[in-house]
Amino acid sequence: MLDEPWTMSPSVELRPEPFGALAYHFGNRKLTFLKRPELVVVVQGLADQPDVRSALEQAGVPAHQHDAYVTALRGLAAADMIRPRTQEAAA
Amino acid sequence: MTATLDHHAANSTVNGTVDRPLDLSLVQQFELGLDAPICLTWELTYACNLECAHCLSSSGRRDPRELTTEQCEAVIDELQRMKVFYVNIGGGEPTIRPDFWHLLQYAVDHQVGVKFSTNGVRITPERAAFLASTDYVDVQISLDGATPEVNDYVRGPGSYDTAIKALENLAAAGFKDAKISVVVTRQNVTQLDEFKALADRYGATLRLTRLRPSGRGADVWDELHPLPEQQKGLYDWLVANGEDVLTGDSFFHLSAYGPADGSGALPGLNLCGAGRVVCLIDPIGDVYACPFAIHDNFLAGNVLSDGGFQQVWQQSELFRDLRSPQTGGACASCSFFDSCRGGCMAAKFFTGLPLDGPDPECVQGYGEQALAGDRILPAPSQDHSRVAPGRNQPVMLQLSRRPDLTAAPVSACAESPLAGFTP
Ligand code: SF4
Ligand code: SF4
Repeated sequence: MLDEPWTMSPSVELRPEPFGALAYHFGNRKLTFLKRPELVVVVQGLADQPDVRSALEQAGVPAHQHDAYVTALRGLAAADMIRPRTQEAAA
Repeated sequence: MTATLDHHAANSTVNGTVDRPLDLSLVQQFELGLDAPICLTWELTYACNLECAHCLSSSGRRDPRELTTEQCEAVIDELQRMKVFYVNIGGGEPTIRPDFWHLLQYAVDHQVGVKFSTNGVRITPERAAFLASTDYVDVQISLDGATPEVNDYVRGPGSYDTAIKALENLAAAGFKDAKISVVVTRQNVTQLDEFKALADRYGATLRLTRLRPSGRGADVWDELHPLPEQQKGLYDWLVANGEDVLTGDSFFHLSAYGPADGSGALPGLNLCGAGRVVCLIDPIGDVYACPFAIHDNFLAGNVLSDGGFQQVWQQSELFRDLRSPQTGGACASCSFFDSCRGGCMAAKFFTGLPLDGPDPECVQGYGEQALAGDRILPAPSQDHSRVAPGRNQPVMLQLSRRPDLTAAPVSACAESPLAGFTP
């Protein structure tokens, strides 16, 4: 996943909360919690970065935490909160 | 601002600018409150065609102060600004408001998804077809018995047929995944498998919720609430069927039937969300901590007179109090406190028990002991029950009516603290 381009799903909206954010998917009506502010920055940054690793770096997530974040991102992917970008939109 | 757990600091405002310790669990974060509710219920009217014996909002008659169409639109605009992504609409019977379908469309057009509860009375084939064509609308049909006898006993004559007709219309129109919402009672707790079969037949999802002694429910709770051995059966059934059945997170007080390590907790949040993640806007714009707590003690403010919903949610004294750390009282030493947390605030309040003690249905039996002691039931602070009995009045009320009441009515009720939510 680290080297792939991803993006937030089009029917997802984020609501900032003191602990991070709440993500709501209008299509499948799932509610998910992004439990750290850094994760929120990562998710919001996905679309503008060439790959997930760049989004993590841009959010200031240290390399040794990348695996933990990938686990969290996979959880979000399972609920269709984020999805792979099929077309390379951002260079 | 400090980042300690000192509650005055942590709760001085509930907005994104306050530093909170980040190492708290999600449940602890929720206890401190959120910028906007997760589970907002909005009862559009107190008017209802039925007169259910256990109506949580003592509905029946329309309140003349009911919010106008424009005022409702303004509330929806505010929910959109607050990013309240969906709202549970109920009543009374919301569909008998003439502007109901308009408001439904207005909400959806403003990025506020809707789940509405109904007894089915207006779900005609035409409306069902309209609903099937929308994306962000969820329909929940209230049914409190898997057979007409059991259902109509509390919901009134003909109400079973009305609900089934609505389910048929929805299924025929191709509406996917309607909910059948059941308040579990002493009489229907033996029908859980039949309810499940019924839901399967209509391609619907079964939703079971707890009977609380709220509204007219207070008058019939002694007679309707499941007996201790039935509670155990219900818990076992939920554990066995967990994945496929929704509960609105309402049975967390049963978690203590599981092992003391908490591994038997039912899926969900396992906390009382009142004023923290849950709240109610009533038909006249009053904001209460929870749909099951329509009482002056839990009234936080009014959307018209107190500066709007956001102001009430974020600043009301009551909600700030509810978001401050609570003591477990007599429950604190219980080994199940982590999953049960003393149960439901509304259930305690309306049975006259202390709010920091055990739930009236505490599975350890402490509730029964407490119920047997001295207690004073709170007087209801509002009642929209019909003054004269209507033709839909359930029979049980004629057998066991409170002497000071001449009749009673309904709701498409059953709120959904945190339904559909993955922790
Ligand atoms: S536990 Fe009871 S009082 Fe608390 S949110 Fe749920 S229904 Fe309301
Ligand atoms: S004593 Fe309190 S925490 Fe323990 S099971 Fe009973 S209600 Fe729940």
